[in-house]
Amino acid sequence: MSTTDDFYAQPGEETEGTVYTAMGGDWAEIAAEQAERSDEILVINMGPQHPSTHGVLRLILECDGETVLSIRPGIGFLHTGIEKNMEYRTWTQGSTFVTRMDYVAPIFNEVAYCLGVERLLGIENDIPERAQVLRVLMMELNRISSHLVCIGTGGMEIGALTVMTIGFREREMILDFFEAVTGLRMNHAYIRPGGVATDLPETGIAQLRELIAWLHKHLPEYAEFCNENPIFKMRMIGIGHQDLAACMALGVSGPVLRSTGYDWDLRKQQPYCGYETYDFESIAWKPTDGWAPSDSYARFRIRLDEMWESLKIVEQCADRLESSRGKPVMVADPKIAWPAQLAVGPDGQGNSHEHIKHIMGESMEALIHHFKIVTEGFRVPAGQAYVPIESPKGEIACHVVSDGGTRPFRVHMRDPGFNHLQSVPIQCEGGMISDVVVAVGSLDPVMGGVDR
Amino acid sequence: MSDDKAPDAKLPGEQKTVDTHVEGADSAPGAGLEREDAQPDEALDAVALVPVGAHVIETRTGMWSGGSGDTSGYGRIVHTVEIPNEGLPSEGWYAGVVGRLLKLVPDALVRVVFDRGELTFFVAREKLTEVMGQLRDDAQLRFEFLPSVSGVNYPSDAGAELHVAYHLQSMTHNRRLRVETTCPDDDPHVPSVTPLYPAADWHERETFDMFGIVFDGHPHLTRILMPDDWVGFPQRKDYPLGGIPVEYKGTTVPPPDQRRSYR
Repeated sequence: MSTTDDFYAQPGEETEGTVYTAMGGDWAEIAAEQAERSDEILVINMGPQHPSTHGVLRLILECDGETVLSIRPGIGFLHTGIEKNMEYRTWTQGSTFVTRMDYVAPIFNEVAYCLGVERLLGIENDIPERAQVLRVLMMELNRISSHLVCIGTGGMEIGALTVMTIGFREREMILDFFEAVTGLRMNHAYIRPGGVATDLPETGIAQLRELIAWLHKHLPEYAEFCNENPIFKMRMIGIGHQDLAACMALGVSGPVLRSTGYDWDLRKQQPYCGYETYDFESIAWKPTDGWAPSDSYARFRIRLDEMWESLKIVEQCADRLESSRGKPVMVADPKIAWPAQLAVGPDGQGNSHEHIKHIMGESMEALIHHFKIVTEGFRVPAGQAYVPIESPKGEIACHVVSDGGTRPFRVHMRDPGFNHLQSVPIQCEGGMISDVVVAVGSLDPVMGGVDR
Repeated sequence: MSDDKAPDAKLPGEQKTVDTHVEGADSAPGAGLEREDAQPDEALDAVALVPVGAHVIETRTGMWSGGSGDTSGYGRIVHTVEIPNEGLPSEGWYAGVVGRLLKLVPDALVRVVFDRGELTFFVAREKLTEVMGQLRDDAQLRFEFLPSVSGVNYPSDAGAELHVAYHLQSMTHNRRLRVETTCPDDDPHVPSVTPLYPAADWHERETFDMFGIVFDGHPHLTRILMPDDWVGFPQRKDYPLGGIPVEYKGTTVPPPDQRRSYR
């Protein structure tokens, strides 16, 4: 290997020793030396702290050059024992725990849990219409914001930073609406067994209309930026391929399953919360001659189209909410219904002023009832339930087991990301390291949900 | 299949493609490629022999959680915790699936529970692999998708303290089913279904991690969520939640799992 003296040194300055430069003729020798060792397999530990792993995901790669020979995902870094904790809290408090699982799509955790509890309670048909509409509204807005995070971070990872910046701009509008309704941008605990925690605020409909107009204007931008962008397509088409058989075997659902062309959307197949009454399409990739589907690009396009369909549902929800103003949002049975409407006051969210006045100044029985249901909660008949719903990532469901007590006996959240990460090896082995990032991004795992 | 010999005509059994929507059990394919006996049969007599009825899990007294002193006067109340069972409904696909499974695996079922619209098969662990194999492969059953496996610990269900619940989805027929198997605390072994459903891989690892149930035949049964050197199985009922007493303005609040709580 030829070297030179430090020719960056000023005249008279002491040199720092040998300098390797990218100029001159020594690169051929370095490359030849490297080629001698080319049969060596490089083990790369990607994560748990890595900007492209969507949280604390650890990927252990064995690489030959830039080719991935094997890849093994390691999870559990964000395990917080949510399921165990829930066994020591009331059924209503469970909502506050599940919302912290998949924190990018918190509303779906809450709905999956509450539908399970409601099936055990046998009140599935008693949920007021307005509560169901509010649930659908929040779910569909959350679907848009979750897809925006997926597309935005996925775009950023392949260098399309603008997709991320405009994606988070739209998401911020949605989170502002969430904050106006639930009091918080995330960790809502808005969906409760029996209904929802509180009705829309007075300005809710107006803000929703504003949000719809904003999304109408800006959602088409993503298609214009990306759909035919040659760099975007070259990075995504054919990457992360997983065909229908592999999806079935590995329990993969959601946009990844629909990117194979198989149209399986639980909102259509096994409707819940009244989805059968809304006008929307479920989006599956239509195989065309241009390229094989089941890749990252197909998933990206599916998410784009799904956001548009979600916006259609949101508009229908806005109309229904306008016509059902003042109707109840919680089940009628006072033994289950949380006693108070929440209100956002100057010092944060809490029980509404009217309710405090009622229990503290007017009715002793109301105070006793409030105290009993808040401290003791309600009993749920023994049994078990599993109600699947379609989250932005795929099938999410809660296996809820009750022993007839005031606390859940066992709660297990089936998170789609947990299943999807199992398919990282089938999507990435034999490909390039840089494509691992694209494939993982197209699976859209959120480690809070995966590890729980 | 129609008679026309269009160039893109499909082979028998290929009528169902990914373009065809499955709206319900009626539009699902009646035949499959795998089995010649795939047409529905009427022999459902065996269904009548399946044990049904509620299953008592636990009997407890008083109003409060374990060990708390009870001065409320409710100390002699006796609760019986039983998993209810409505019995198989005559309508719908349920009896057909039970009959079909019993035809393929005669003594497959320990108990059949139908509760709040959900069908559960209790299967002895010795029969689990065979039953799951038939549930997946048979054209009339065809539960090809395994979304979830989860464990449940019933400490008072003597001889069957640990339960494993497999949730199955038939996309072909648009049906859902839960298969449940049990094992005692002192022999926590259940055969792995990972060779049948690769999706069960991580789920079984998680169930092992949380409950200590050993899935025999699993390719790589290691902890998945907890650290590798962790001692104990956190989701078992005898495993403490952890936490320390918190002192606030002179009073001490015990951690959640040591507070007196309502049953």
